[in-house]
Amino acid sequence: MTSELYRYAAPQAFFPLAGKLVPWFSILAGLLALAGLYVAFLVAPTDATQGEAYRIIFIHVPAAWMSMFIYLVMAGWAGFGLAFNTRLSGMMASALAPTGAMFTFVALWTGALWGKPTWGTYWVWDARLTSELVLLFLYLGFIALKGAIPDPARADRAGAILALVGVVNVPIIYFSVQWWNTLHQGASISMTSAPSMAATMLIGMLLMALAAWMYSIAVTLARLRKIIIERERDAQWVRIQRNAA
Amino acid sequence: MSPAFLPVLRRELQIALRRRGDALNVLVFFVVVASLFPLGVGPEPGLLRAMAAGVVWIAALLAALLSLPRLFAADHADGTLEQMLVSPQPLPLIVLAKIAAHWLTTGLPLAIAAPLIGLQYGLPGDALGVLLVSLLIGTPVLSLLGAAGAALTLGVRGGGALAGLLVLPIFVPVLVFGAGSVTAMLIGINPSSYLSLLGAFLAVSSLVGPWAACAALRVALD
Amino acid sequence: MLETTALACERGGARLFAELSFSLAPGGLLRVRGANGSGKTTLLRALAGLTRPAAGEVRRNGTPFLFIGHSAGVKDELTVLENLEFSARLSGLREPECKKALEQLGIARLADLPARYLSQGQRRRAALARLALSASIPLWLLDEPFAALDSAGIAQVSALCSAHLVGGGMLVLTSHQDAAIASAAAQSVELRG
Repeated sequence: MTSELYRYAAPQAFFPLAGKLVPWFSILAGLLALAGLYVAFLVAPTDATQGEAYRIIFIHVPAAWMSMFIYLVMAGWAGFGLAFNTRLSGMMASALAPTGAMFTFVALWTGALWGKPTWGTYWVWDARLTSELVLLFLYLGFIALKGAIPDPARADRAGAILALVGVVNVPIIYFSVQWWNTLHQGASISMTSAPSMAATMLIGMLLMALAAWMYSIAVTLARLRKIIIERERDAQWVRIQRNAA
Repeated sequence: MSPAFLPVLRRELQIALRRRGDALNVLVFFVVVASLFPLGVGPEPGLLRAMAAGVVWIAALLAALLSLPRLFAADHADGTLEQMLVSPQPLPLIVLAKIAAHWLTTGLPLAIAAPLIGLQYGLPGDALGVLLVSLLIGTPVLSLLGAAGAALTLGVRGGGALAGLLVLPIFVPVLVFGAGSVTAMLIGINPSSYLSLLGAFLAVSSLVGPWAACAALRVALD
Repeated sequence: MLETTALACERGGARLFAELSFSLAPGGLLRVRGANGSGKTTLLRALAGLTRPAAGEVRRNGTPFLFIGHSAGVKDELTVLENLEFSARLSGLREPECKKALEQLGIARLADLPARYLSQGQRRRAALARLALSASIPLWLLDEPFAALDSAGIAQVSALCSAHLVGGGMLVLTSHQDAAIASAAAQSVELRG
């Protein structure tokens, strides 16, 4: 069984597998999203203090979770590729980065949209949002570094080193931003003072989080296929693919 | 086999001495940037005193960034970096010596000049002391982590600016604890916890920075 | 000792050479020939461990080696003597006799001149002066050592190489020129690119 799995470590073998998986994960994502949105908008009760506007947390919180989760997974793949010199791992990290950055951006944007009707300003420098902002910079740095190095093997290795340094520092950054927040007590508003969780709200957020996860897998696999074709374009099997198409 | 740390350190300092302009540029940049802020926000003393810690620290960060490319770029261009990589001496030791020299010619002068800027911003004496100490602990972190950024972007188009984008997010804890220690002093909180956290981050970076820099150098010269 | 098995290297996605196997024993010389861009420098860098091979293996068994690449490896701001002393320290040599080494390469009078004032040929000699200190280092890997040298320089460097081989050292050399280096066991590799 394990030797069969090893087969998929080659880009050539993984390419068709990824192609078969994409539709399944997309469907799963769609269904979960429908369920989640149903709960979010039709089942979960209106909040006493924040009215309808609070419903944006059903997008904000899952997006924030995914942004952090994807960074960990990305760093994991990159580190694996650095240690074992596997091409596919580096490509996987490259495929994950834009989705992770997107979720970070969505988290920031929805945070701002929540802020306006609730606190009156589009941006509050609270610990969580500020940490999300720094995470966005980490993603952008990773993408920029990979894009600036023409040789893909070197780009993968450099990116992996950067991602590993980032992953070690992310908890330290979060911790330092918490300290910063307590020191400058002016920013007493906090996104963490969300409405107390009714069970339905939690279910809604979990459904949306799962939907986001399935979506990420689908989109990442699709992007990975594009990257494989691009990187391996001189290989025999790619030319056959292209001629057959 | 005699260890290479001191010879590398000595060589770096010799070169820096003969290129005095580089270190001076960084110092002048620091002073200029810090002097621009009042011109941008107005000279009201209360505002300046509240801003002082952040402004001095950010000016120090930017000045340090400015000096990063020359950590490896010149050696890369004339082939001496290659010699360091094939040397039987352990690369981390060589890199550590380069980082030490970088700090001595960049971070240390900044830390010493900072209290003067602090005076311009109306910081009281004890806050100035904390400012100095925080920079003495924090600027080595800038050199350690900055070395990793410089190594990752070696020979890459747009390297200097890219190195900045890569390391500035990682510098956030230094900024928070460093500037925070001075602010704490100003509002009457004991700054020692901030300084201890800064010291802890220094300890972490002294492992992460050289590891990442060595790995990145090997990748860059592949 | 230096040995390769089925060594293959790539650059910019193109395979430069493959299935390269050879072995070098004390006193052995390997000349690497080939047109420009055929991969001679890449091969040498792979032997030095600077470049990862695309396939195959390089084995040195911990043999200390010296690598002098294309660039002179000489710092403009330091004097010729300071440069040499630093190179020697980096190689782990104790008490190097740098002045004598400079004499052997005919540049003793330039010892206290900052390297920025040297001509190309003089820089090359300054970089190669290390060879006169490195008899104790078994394996020498030299990439185009004779480039920019005049005939006197070529003669001096060839003499150092021959002496090294006679003393039981090993040498791998890339060069366009066929310099006269006396060796008991000479091999040749031609990279066709």
